[in-house]
Amino acid sequence: MAGIVNHKRRGATVKSQRGSDEPAWVRWLLITLGLAFVGIFLVLPLVNVFVQAFQMGLGFYVKSLLEADTVHAIKLTLLITCITVPLNTIFGMAAAWCIAKFDFKGKAFLITLIDLPFAVSPVVAGLMFVVWFGRQGIFGGWLEEHDIKIIFAVPGMVLATTFITFPFVARELIPVMQATGTEQEQAALTLGASGWQTFWHVTLPSSKWGVIYGVILCNARAMGEFGAVSVVSGSIAGSTETIPLRVDKLFHSASMAAGVSAFAVASLLAVLALITLVIKSYLEWRTERDHALAQEATGEVGN
Amino acid sequence: MSIVVRNIGKQFGDVVAAKDVNFEIREGELVALLGPSGGGKTTVLRMIAGLEMPSEGDIIIRGQRVNDVPVQKRNIGFVFQNYALFKTMSVAKNIAFGLKIKKWSKADIESRVAELLELLELRGLEKRYPHQLSGGQRQRVAIARALAPKPSVLLLDEPFGAVDAKIRQELREWLTRLHHDLNVTTLFVTHDQEEAMEVSNRIVIIAKGRLEQIGTPREVYEQPKNEFVARFIGVMNVVEAEVKNGMGRVGEMEFPLVNVPDGPARLGFRPYAVQISSDLTQFRYRAVLRRTFFLGIMLRVEVELASGLIIRARMTKEEYATLGLRDELEVSMQIRQYRLLATDGTSLAPEVPVSYQLPPHIAEGI
Repeated sequence: MAGIVNHKRRGATVKSQRGSDEPAWVRWLLITLGLAFVGIFLVLPLVNVFVQAFQMGLGFYVKSLLEADTVHAIKLTLLITCITVPLNTIFGMAAAWCIAKFDFKGKAFLITLIDLPFAVSPVVAGLMFVVWFGRQGIFGGWLEEHDIKIIFAVPGMVLATTFITFPFVARELIPVMQATGTEQEQAALTLGASGWQTFWHVTLPSSKWGVIYGVILCNARAMGEFGAVSVVSGSIAGSTETIPLRVDKLFHSASMAAGVSAFAVASLLAVLALITLVIKSYLEWRTERDHALAQEATGEVGN
Repeated sequence: MSIVVRNIGKQFGDVVAAKDVNFEIREGELVALLGPSGGGKTTVLRMIAGLEMPSEGDIIIRGQRVNDVPVQKRNIGFVFQNYALFKTMSVAKNIAFGLKIKKWSKADIESRVAELLELLELRGLEKRYPHQLSGGQRQRVAIARALAPKPSVLLLDEPFGAVDAKIRQELREWLTRLHHDLNVTTLFVTHDQEEAMEVSNRIVIIAKGRLEQIGTPREVYEQPKNEFVARFIGVMNVVEAEVKNGMGRVGEMEFPLVNVPDGPARLGFRPYAVQISSDLTQFRYRAVLRRTFFLGIMLRVEVELASGLIIRARMTKEEYATLGLRDELEVSMQIRQYRLLATDGTSLAPEVPVSYQLPPHIAEGI
């Protein structure tokens, strides 16, 4: 079985090598251009972050991270992430389930609506929440009367982050669920399973990689979100500052040490990004392998 | 009665998938729902299962009207065309699924799963996942899973559609045996008339959403109710005759017809009813053997009459050899049995035997 897969893959590689009959200099020019682009725009900045972060030694790096305001920013970022990611996972799964497994009027509209946060500038999203909940906002008066603080406080930041990261899980999950089709669910129904049982035992397990992938992307964005959070938070050090806001503030302060600290804190986000990429690649590799196995299995039937 | 379908109809928007379908299936029967692709037979099956709601009519399973009973409560076993195995579960878990849902005890589940693995010859595969199975094995897992909760009826949608010809033959024999052993009322959908003839006790023929005929394989073959059934079940030569004074004429051929008004008429006859001889004086008409098709033990030949009409005939290899037939040979031929096909497609006159009855050993040929 594995032999067949390897054979197919080898076949594919050979094909791609033969795919071009351009002269050598064209190939090398294009490859150099591509590598240069990737190097300058992707690798160099990333390396630079770490170089800058360790500019004043490991001791200073650790000290930068242990500064009270920075620790608070890290904790707040984690708190916001811990609230928004589960919420969006649930919303995302519900939306994807609904869209992938059922037919109803307004489905196309719902899909567009889910994409809205991608289309809207994060700053505009942040301002939208200020308009709703700010002191001068539509609900501002009522909120003040009841002593509820949303803007320039953690609830506003959670709301803004939830809005921005809303599409990730749903977007990842819809194609996965659509590809699975509805036959397995129907089979579960004929065997007596209720809607919930079907969801837990059949739908969720067969789309779990999609869920995990979506959650990872959602998580990365939730931790890194700057624009919308910046608008609603007010960036009060030790109170409403997340990691990206902290980086921004440190970077723009006059002192040289603060600049290095900014890179030290930024390196945290860079590490997160790298971890995300590694997990993402792993999941993609898994999904592809499962897909290859499934295809091979169906291939056997046709033979 | 195990299943009663009464005046059932189904519309998807403007499309009528089924209309006025009526049939009854007795306890323990093995029935084929046969018809051309897109003819509504799967829709009927899914309505019986409860996966589709009928727009009109009643479905009664074991005396209970189940129109309002959800699929989970109908106690049916359903085998999907592409099996729809739970791909994240092993073979054993797939089979156990329905039992777990019905909250069987662990020991009962284990013994039932073992029993089904044995029955369906799946022992040793219980830990495998669906993608590690062959098409035939997947099919059997799907049947085991459907049978596990002891359903009152087993419904199969194109059960042999997704496997290759050789495995299909094995599965047919195997389904017949399984049905014989378990005696569970079974209804399966197929578009393959040969499959329906071979496997089932009775055949329900559905086309364009309407019921065409119900009967045993022999009945629908020998007494088709209309031209559609006659042509769908087996091969039939159909000719346009001109009737005058009780005699239908097609080219040089003459067909005596009793009580048929003058004018055009359609006649049909099975390939086995065509007699051919290399002795040019034996039969009335002269023809040339144009092509021979080898279909295993039976052969099909095409003969061309002087008028250019091409007739399909069927015979055994031995007959062909004994007569010394070969392509481009001049032969004599006649038609032993034919029937008048109603032009409105609703009813058929019984076959008119000419000269003598067909010998029994080829009577069953399709």
